[in-house]
Parts: sequence; structure tokens; C-alpha cells
Amino acid sequence: MEPLIIEGTAKTPTVNFNASEGLIEIKGRSIPENSIEFYKPLVDWLDEYAKSPAPHTTVNIQLEYFNTSSSKCILDVFKKLEAIYKNKNDVKINWYYEEDDEDMLEAGEDYESIIRVPFNMIEIVD
Amino acid sequence: MHFNFDEYYNDLNNDGEVILAYQGTITADGINGMLETVEAKLDGMGIDPKIKKKVYNVLVEGLQNLYHHIDEVPEDFNPRFAHKFGMVVVRKKEGNIKITLGNFINVKKKSYLKDKIDKINSLSEEELKDMYKFILNHQKLSVKGGGGLGLLDMARKSGNKLEYSFYDYTPDFNFYSLDVSINYA
Repeated sequence: MEPLIIEGTAKTPTVNFNASEGLIEIKGRSIPENSIEFYKPLVDWLDEYAKSPAPHTTVNIQLEYFNTSSSKCILDVFKKLEAIYKNKNDVKINWYYEEDDEDMLEAGEDYESIIRVPFNMIEIVD
Repeated sequence: MHFNFDEYYNDLNNDGEVILAYQGTITADGINGMLETVEAKLDGMGIDPKIKKKVYNVLVEGLQNLYHHIDEVPEDFNPRFAHKFGMVVVRKKEGNIKITLGNFINVKKKSYLKDKIDKINSLSEEELKDMYKFILNHQKLSVKGGGGLGLLDMARKSGNKLEYSFYDYTPDFNFYSLDVSINYA
């Protein structure tokens, strides 16, 4: 399966999805006006990946900002991962937040309470 | 009394140390520029990164709310106001970063919007969180945005009540303004 690689911009994050490594990464800023358009290829890729996922999937989410329109799309990404986890595959979500960024920690905790996949909250210290 | 936009905008521009003031068409590119300006100025002012992020987040939601929801006013409305007309003033005042957003709305939408903000303002921090999570998990996203999460998010991030005003302008249109304050001191 082809990796999905998207370079980040001022409004959209860097994406690195790699099936053979079982690596799912979203990093940067996610504040597009139309987030459905941006996230559709990510969700489609995960649908395909879910058919034969790697035995261990590592998910790294490291966002500096995201808007509420992205928040629903990020939940869609997590729901796809949750389905993979429910099918007895190992999935770990690492939620990174910058030092003292309580809002971003809280955002991760909001997702953790909705999605039944183990989350690690990781503070990035300079 | 008839609402005078220019006086209103002028007053805002004399209310504290202005970081950003804009009136005109709200476009995606325009939003990019405004966000960059505010980010750079807050950096220069030595505002705590935590506060800077809150301001940035509130501004993103506020501007994108304008972008998605501004009512088209009739063509003969008032040539003074551009297509998709909106306004934003960000200023530093008395230990707060204050963000004021404004646009014309059809009077039919007033009670819906007013009830929504009153509801948000009536909730505790914990209740805001629960409502946010409920909407996040249960409401479908529209092409227009976050399915009603914007105002909730602004309330959560700012930690303050949302202040609003509706000014009579014509029988069909009101000028609606929203004030969000973020304490930095």
C-alpha cells in the first residue's frame, strides 16, 4: 500500500501515513476553512489500511493549533483507528502537546474519553 | 437611535492598544494575513505563549465563523459595505486581550444566536467541556464548519463569558458584535 505523504502549510498539517511501518503521523497546524476536503484522503487511506493493518500501529499526533472544523475530522481519523484496535490489532495513540499547553492536553483528554484506544499524553519540553 | 458603524468602529480603535483592526470583505487569504499579523505582534509584545495560543485559537474560530456565516446583504443595502462584510478589532486593554468581531445579520437569526450564546454563558467550565464533547461526537460536520462548536470553543479557550450586542440597522438587518476577552495578567 502506497504511503500517504502531505507537506504541511500555514493552515494544514504535515501528514505521514506508512502502512508497512504501521506509522500514522499528523503534525503542525490544522486550521483550514474546509477541513472535510483536507481530511477525506486521510480517512480513505485509513479505510484501506484497516483491511490489512500492521500488527502494531503507532499514531503520533502533534498539533500546535487545530480549529473546531478539524476537530471533527480528527475524531473521524481516531474512529477508523478504533475500528482497527477493536479487530484485535495493537494501536497506540501518542498525543503530543507543548510544555504548559493545558488546552492542547485537555483536547487530547477529550478524545481519550470518546475513543476506546490507549492514549499516551506526551509533553514536549524544550 | 440609528446605528452608526463608523463611529462604532472608531470607538473600538480608541479602546486600548490596538493590535489588529480590519473592516471589509472576509476572505480565506485575508484571514491568513490577519492571523500572521496578530501572531507576530503578540510575539513582539512578549505575551506568554500560552495566552498567545488562546488568542490565536479564539481569533481563528471567530474569523472562520465570519467567513462561513456572514449573511449576504441585499445589493442596495448600503454601498458603504463590501460583499461579505465583516469587522475585527484585537486590542490590549487592562490586562486583557480583547477580540471584537462584527457583521450584519438578518433579524430572523437574532433569537437563535442570542439563545445559543446565552446557553453557553450559563454553563460552568465542566458543563462546557461536556457539551463540546457531546457535539463533537454526535453532530455531523457541515461544509460550513464545526457544526456549532466555534462559539463553545471560544468560551472554553478564553475562560470568560461571551459578550454580544445586536444593534438595529434596518428593519431586516442588525449589526451583531461579539466580544471575547482573554486575561493575560
